[in-house]
Amino acid sequence: MTKPLVAIRSVSKNFGDFQALKQVSLDVRAGEVLCLIGASGSGKTTLLRCVNQLTPIDSGGVWLDGELLGVREERGRLHRLTERQIARQRLKTGMVFQRFNLFPHKTALENITEGPVQVQGRKQEDALAEAMELLRRVGLAEKADAYPSQLSGGQQQRVAIARALAMKPMLMLFDEPTSALDPELVGEVLTVMKELARSGMTMMVVTHELGFAREVADRVVYMDHGTIVEAGAAAEVLGGPREARTQAFLSAVIR
Amino acid sequence: MNATERLAQGFPDLSRMMVARQPHWMRWLTATAILAVLAVIGRAFANGQIEWSYVGRFLTVPAILEGISNTMIMAVLAMALGIVLGVVVAVMRLSSNPVLKSVAAGYTWLFRGTPLILQLLLWFNLALVFPTIGIPGLWSVRAVDVMTPFLSALLGLGINQGAYTSEVMRAGILSVDVGQYEAAQAIGMGRLRTLRRIILPQAMRVVTPPLSNEFIGMVKATSLASVIQYPEVLHNAENIYYANSRVIELLIVAGLWYLLVVSILTPLQMLLERRFSRGTLQLVR
Repeated sequence: MTKPLVAIRSVSKNFGDFQALKQVSLDVRAGEVLCLIGASGSGKTTLLRCVNQLTPIDSGGVWLDGELLGVREERGRLHRLTERQIARQRLKTGMVFQRFNLFPHKTALENITEGPVQVQGRKQEDALAEAMELLRRVGLAEKADAYPSQLSGGQQQRVAIARALAMKPMLMLFDEPTSALDPELVGEVLTVMKELARSGMTMMVVTHELGFAREVADRVVYMDHGTIVEAGAAAEVLGGPREARTQAFLSAVIR
Repeated sequence: MNATERLAQGFPDLSRMMVARQPHWMRWLTATAILAVLAVIGRAFANGQIEWSYVGRFLTVPAILEGISNTMIMAVLAMALGIVLGVVVAVMRLSSNPVLKSVAAGYTWLFRGTPLILQLLLWFNLALVFPTIGIPGLWSVRAVDVMTPFLSALLGLGINQGAYTSEVMRAGILSVDVGQYEAAQAIGMGRLRTLRRIILPQAMRVVTPPLSNEFIGMVKATSLASVIQYPEVLHNAENIYYANSRVIELLIVAGLWYLLVVSILTPLQMLLERRFSRGTLQLVR
């Protein structure tokens, strides 16, 4: 069996007294689309944030592309990496946030070129050309010079996806990318994500869009109270869940 | 069938009627009263013991012009020093390092806790504490030569300003959404670059009005440097009235110059605000 792109092993995370993750282990293979579902507070967003170290883990380990994240092992002890080393590790992942988090003082195009030019030190004209190509890919070429405040939620989220893709990540993380959108704008974002999935991108998606999960996901993981309750092929987990808790969640979501 | 035909009767059509302008009698009355009071005060000053010809004559004498230019030079330099210190101290205050945090808090406590005029006098008289300044055995200078009125005023005003500016900057930095830090981190930015490229430009929008306020305060606070012989406009005006005893006339001259400078600063603030509100006011404008 080939090595997974992401290996999560016995990861725990507490926020004060609240146990957000309890000994969670999970593999994500390259090219796979994995959807994380579950009620709020179940730990799915925390798990996602652990993969790009926005949330540092308390114990356990996360490996991305064979590299241990956030710490290094030396003579039987773990040592935290420096800010700079962690920033370098983050370049392998792209993140899309629930609330878009575009830079409001920069245009759509500037939002996309900021990372490649400032962080990766790419040439301005190359970055601009690629950014325009990405904007075309998400269907917003004519909005290149618009500021985020001039864009609809759906358009902002598509720019945010383009911004993450501009760093050429090997893994894309989506944290409830359509939850903050008006219902009529959800479709355009999901369309972009489906296209991305078809192109072979490895994706971890925290979502409440079960239709999207059923159609696009290779695997679905159902989480509850900081643990993985059930994981398997999308059709199996969504179509015929074995665990009672998964069944209860699904019947509550599908009214 | 038209939709309006089904509406109930008995409601006249008001759509073609204009809304009449309200007569604002009270506004006219109060404005007249205020103008009358101003006229009385103005008359009193015109007939008082003020030689207005002196005001006009001394408004543009070289000593006064030099004074106001020194005032502006000091205000700009001290404010620049204050902003640099303010940003650094605000960032230190917000860091998770307890050493940096305490140093920042101590600095703000010390320089906000003592009067500015006292700080200026201390800097100017530093030679009384340290006759020589330097690295022992390598290099040293006499403190009297270094602590000129200019340098004393710059250090006194700038370091004091930094203590206030740091709190303004801290408010500005805190006003930026946490999501902005996370988005910057997610594209691999380090802390300093995030601050410089993402956070501070957004914080500037929030801090421009209070910082403009601080700068206007600074223009006038430079007058305190007159006590340590810095030749700003009030100091030079005083020197002239020591000689010719036209006290009120020269104070009015200095006052008119301060008013003029502050009046010019207000439109400049508007320009700055527009610059930093890029992307946020686009829909409103």
